[in-house]
Amino acid sequence: MKTDDLIEALVQDAFRPKVSSAQRVLGAILLSGLVAGTMFAFALGVRPDISSASETWRFVFKFALTLILMACAWWACLELARPEVRLRDVAGWVALAPALLAVAVLYELVAIPSAYWPERTVGNYAGTCLLAIPLLSIAPLVALLMALRTGAPRVPASAGAVAGLLAGGLSAALYATHCPDDSPLFVAVWYMLAVGLVALTGALLGHRILRW
Amino acid sequence: MTPREADLAELMRAANRGDADAYRRLLYGISPVLRGFARHVSLRYGLSVEDAEDIVQETLLAMHLKRHTWAENRPLLPWLRAIAHHKLVDHLRRAGRVRHVPIEELSDLLVAEPAAVLSSRLDAAAVIAKLKGRQRDVVVGISVNGKSARQVAEELQMSEGAVRVALHRALRSLSKAFRNDQS
Repeated sequence: MKTDDLIEALVQDAFRPKVSSAQRVLGAILLSGLVAGTMFAFALGVRPDISSASETWRFVFKFALTLILMACAWWACLELARPEVRLRDVAGWVALAPALLAVAVLYELVAIPSAYWPERTVGNYAGTCLLAIPLLSIAPLVALLMALRTGAPRVPASAGAVAGLLAGGLSAALYATHCPDDSPLFVAVWYMLAVGLVALTGALLGHRILRW
Repeated sequence: MTPREADLAELMRAANRGDADAYRRLLYGISPVLRGFARHVSLRYGLSVEDAEDIVQETLLAMHLKRHTWAENRPLLPWLRAIAHHKLVDHLRRAGRVRHVPIEELSDLLVAEPAAVLSSRLDAAAVIAKLKGRQRDVVVGISVNGKSARQVAEELQMSEGAVRVALHRALRSLSKAFRNDQS
């Protein structure tokens, strides 16, 4: 095919997406959030002592952290949909939530006698956490990957991984309202593992689905 | 003459607002530059000028289909360079020359070459034949026969809107065909 002919076809193709990437991602989060929220309400539900829990700094920090992760991953996702953006350009955003968590962990280690470290780290419901967060994140991850297909990520796997962080963050936010294990030590191990799993899945799926 | 970034960005912004002529000027302005860089890298990796033309076409097609990923308040050339780099590496990988092509090489994107129109090895007839009826007729009408969307619409008794949809789908199919091309 002659390049000039191709150019003529491109010029004639006046198509312009009516919905921006940002809007698609927002739509994906809202819709899948509804799905995940419904799943959560049926399967787990909010913890009964939520009002007293929300007066403790650990609970508030845990919940706020998931929201911060979501916000950062959201921004990073939209950025990574552009071909010239590299992972290192958004690394700061991606690292913010883990960094805050690290600070909280240090504080906890200082605040709590070492005898209590193991039981707080292992917690009571690690298994539920590891199961619930990935399962709840299925709908958000799929929705996000679909939304990001109109993008042009430099490294599709990276974009997929960050989409996984966003999906995982959303699920973690939901799960955090149910979960009775509030210690940053617990969060640092089990939540990070669960969200990490979702990010890994996002990377593997993104590698295929987000090609362009 | 080296196109300046500001001029190109202005053309792209005008194109985004629907100025077809600006878009045409932009694409014709960029092609020789893409061609120069594609040939330079192709020959270095033992590929032919036909391969280089494939890369030019893939890049233009990707630029077109992913136009919306350029934020108008950001520089255009890094965006362009990133797309060209992506398609180039893709092509090299498919041709079995798996290499790390550092993006710094591509800062010579300002080296222009005289325009030369060559058929690419991707057999246009084969790809177009694979398109479904309407898409095929539309592409042949617009691309090969140089008709406008309205003329094609009249001839094929379709609405102009339907022609545009068919054209867009055909371009997406073409992009996928490039990606799956194993030659």
